[in-house]
Amino acid sequence: MEHKELNLLNEALGFHNNNLYGRFVLVEDTVDTTAAFVLHQILKHSFSSHPSSSVIFLALSHPFSHYDRILRKIGCNLAAQRDNKRFFFIDMLMLQFPDEGKPNDVGFAAVFEKIESVIKALPQDNTKFVTIMIDDISFLQVAANGSSNDVLDFLHYCYTLTSEYGCAFVALDHKDIYLNEEKPAIISEMEYLADILVKAEPLATGLAKDVHGQLMVLHKQHGISPVKIHNFHFKIKENSIECFYPGTKI
Amino acid sequence: MAATRTRGSSFSRNVSTVTSQNSGLKHGPNGTTFLSSGIPDLDKILGGGYTLGSLVMIMEDAEAPHHMLLLRNFMSQGLIHKHPLLYASASRDPKGFLGTLPAPASAKEDKTRDLTNEKDLRIAWQYKKYFDPQLNISSNNESYLCCTGAQQDYCNDLDLRKPLDRHFYSGMNVGCVSIQDSPDLASLQDQCAKFLSQFSRNEANISSAGRIAIQSFCSPQCKFANMEWHMLSFIRSLKAMARSSNAVVLVSFPPSLLSPSCSKRLQHMADTLLSVRAIPDEDKEMAKLLTGYQDMVGLLNVHKVARLNTQVPVILETTTFSIKLHKRRYLVLECLNQAPVDGSSGSSYNTSGSCSGSTKAGSLDF
Repeated sequence: MEHKELNLLNEALGFHNNNLYGRFVLVEDTVDTTAAFVLHQILKHSFSSHPSSSVIFLALSHPFSHYDRILRKIGCNLAAQRDNKRFFFIDMLMLQFPDEGKPNDVGFAAVFEKIESVIKALPQDNTKFVTIMIDDISFLQVAANGSSNDVLDFLHYCYTLTSEYGCAFVALDHKDIYLNEEKPAIISEMEYLADILVKAEPLATGLAKDVHGQLMVLHKQHGISPVKIHNFHFKIKENSIECFYPGTKI
Repeated sequence: MAATRTRGSSFSRNVSTVTSQNSGLKHGPNGTTFLSSGIPDLDKILGGGYTLGSLVMIMEDAEAPHHMLLLRNFMSQGLIHKHPLLYASASRDPKGFLGTLPAPASAKEDKTRDLTNEKDLRIAWQYKKYFDPQLNISSNNESYLCCTGAQQDYCNDLDLRKPLDRHFYSGMNVGCVSIQDSPDLASLQDQCAKFLSQFSRNEANISSAGRIAIQSFCSPQCKFANMEWHMLSFIRSLKAMARSSNAVVLVSFPPSLLSPSCSKRLQHMADTLLSVRAIPDEDKEMAKLLTGYQDMVGLLNVHKVARLNTQVPVILETTTFSIKLHKRRYLVLECLNQAPVDGSSGSSYNTSGSCSGSTKAGSLDF
């Protein structure tokens, strides 16, 4: 699979020059249009980008079998990668931190220590090629009984790993949850920190069979170069994502 | 068995040889299994029924009890298939609700229904757009129901005016819980966990499937109604438990009573998301716009269809359906058909589907 089909999504995310490491990618979606497929694409890319790359996956919304099946269709065997110690699946589906009274950060600290211990256990040279992925930030807040401060602390800790070890940090959150909140701390702080922001939205004209939605990929450049924005439509298939500019699909 | 194989991808297992013996289950794509919602049309719309291991959420309309129709049919169908059931509601006597469940229509009535359909079809096939598209759907249905035999149908036609026989729900496998008096959700969670543990999933064989129905989850009668984070974490753990078991969890909740962000969170958690809505009785404008407006009981909106084990979303041709009662007994769902304005367009069926989608955005926004 050396001849990578350069589709718009990969290009927009900057896969062509391999530079997701050391960056924070925030993916946002809505009820109508899920952006989980972006995670799947990044997941696949992380395994193929470097022979010693590894992924730490914090699963809050789906079990391993779900991802295993999807990634197998895309062409990536997660079970094999897990056996090779390149895929670390941390199942947090049933994770629920204790009620008020006790500080939640004990629970989050344990999770973070787990992530850090996985990274430290890797060979020195490989720590640069670690991707940390969270499949649903909003569930973290539910697990923490609504305490957004604890979640933010945890996410900040994860974010520091991007500079400390040069990891990539990828997280998915649902934008529409926060629309009515007065001070949506989590989403706005994450948007501020993110190097690459991926927004999935439904078409303004409603659902369509051929166009499943539109993506906006926003690249915050360091230095004085302007923000790069890619806008395109997408259609999700079992084994790939079809991306195209609005109106160019026949 | 051809009917059970929907949209197989190249990777899906060839399932025709491993059909399950127990009634009421059907293999779907990507290694999923369906069980029936109790409404033949809804099964069709969802591609086969509710997926085992999924969380189905119904957004209630505060003004009408249409979610009860979906709940009743779901529960009743499960009891007919001898699926164990756990029912929780905020009423004082949830057991009494079982007495209102609909019974399957007898075979004779089915026949007559078939015949009348046939007659209608013959008269008016060329004016199909003026009649309900239901005719096609139900006649298809009948043909595959016929081959399987009356009692062991995957999905029965449930007669809303005939109560279910007592023996269906007097057995051991029906549990009823009142959530009105419990101060928090811990006991309900324990009960759900205990119930679901019977159905924990092992790849080899599905011995039985369970159904959990929770009615009006966040209603103000419950003492925990103001503890949104508790409710969210309950639903979240319920979803996680359901995912690892052969069961379907159906929860109805009134979104108008919740904060917008909480309701959005619940919507994100749902695997299959439906909403029901009443229609105003005397809405002249709507009556002019839609054919068969008088017969409509309410509207059903399909927001999300479960996507277990796949990344491809299910895009339906139209997401709004009208709920009607056929002969005041059987629940049927139909696409909204716009009344013809000039009657010139020949290909009405598809276009009316998409048109109704756009009208929905205006006057029927959920």
